[in-house]
Amino acid sequence: MTSTAPKMHRRIAAGVLAICAAPLYADNWQPLKDDGIHDPENPGLKIMQNPAEALSVLPSDTAGNNVDWIRALQNGDIKPVASSKPGTEVKILDLDVIMTATGPLGYVIFPHRPHSEWMSCENCHEELFISKSGDNPINMGKILDGEYCGRCHGAVAFPLTECNRCHSVARTDKLSGNAVEQSDGSDKR
Amino acid sequence: MMPILQRIMLLLAILLPMTIAWGEYGDVILNTRAESEDVSPVIFPHWFHRIRFRCSVCHVELGFELEAGATVITMDNISSGKFCGACHDGEIAWDAGHCDLCHSGRAGLETGIRGGHETMGPGIW
Repeated sequence: MTSTAPKMHRRIAAGVLAICAAPLYADNWQPLKDDGIHDPENPGLKIMQNPAEALSVLPSDTAGNNVDWIRALQNGDIKPVASSKPGTEVKILDLDVIMTATGPLGYVIFPHRPHSEWMSCENCHEELFISKSGDNPINMGKILDGEYCGRCHGAVAFPLTECNRCHSVARTDKLSGNAVEQSDGSDKR
Repeated sequence: MMPILQRIMLLLAILLPMTIAWGEYGDVILNTRAESEDVSPVIFPHWFHRIRFRCSVCHVELGFELEAGATVITMDNISSGKFCGACHDGEIAWDAGHCDLCHSGRAGLETGIRGGHETMGPGIW
């Protein structure tokens, strides 16, 4: 009995984890009637599209709503309208910003390109982010509180649990390429 | 006989998935005025709209703030072609007479964004 008890504990613990985690990781696209926020009695549900129908055919991701929205756009799987004003061009900026005041974590590389494919400059500048290098006192506390990157990441873009997607440059790596280096300012204040 | 702690954990394992429900990632719930004006809370599905429009269309050109509940949206300004009414005009998308399609939320929902850090992520851990 004493030798099997720890095994039993482990099995039960694994079972509990698996069952609890299942709705978090497996069935991410619940039908609207079961998603806990829509009123299942609402007659409108009969004609509204369920997320799985639209999202399951897009490139997959492991976080957020399991859709890689950047790839979906780049592949042409979706063709979202760029502007309500005819003739407006999408301005793509191919410029990486490296943030080095990241404590013990890897440097943050911010790629303008995928952001500018989805958004115009005015989405972020100058309200959320000042364009001048080093003038944005960003830190994780503020991001977790919904400021700076946290305005979208964790809400509509990949969540803040994906540390390495931003902290993606090892501190030993040499910085190169089409990038500007920028201390985020948080170490100065 | 199973120890009490394991019994509690098993019970939680059965009940927890039944109680967690959070909508789709990025769903916005608007209930600043809806229920106080006797209509159901609004649920805005980001996923549906971002398939069709880039962020800047709504968040720059139509004037939606990047914060749930920060934009004052009324049926009057929708009817006059502002905010949702820029598209929900019966031509680009169904018109604002289809109340149930927006006012589709359960009673008592709070204004905010679902499926993000406000509900599931490190913001509340």
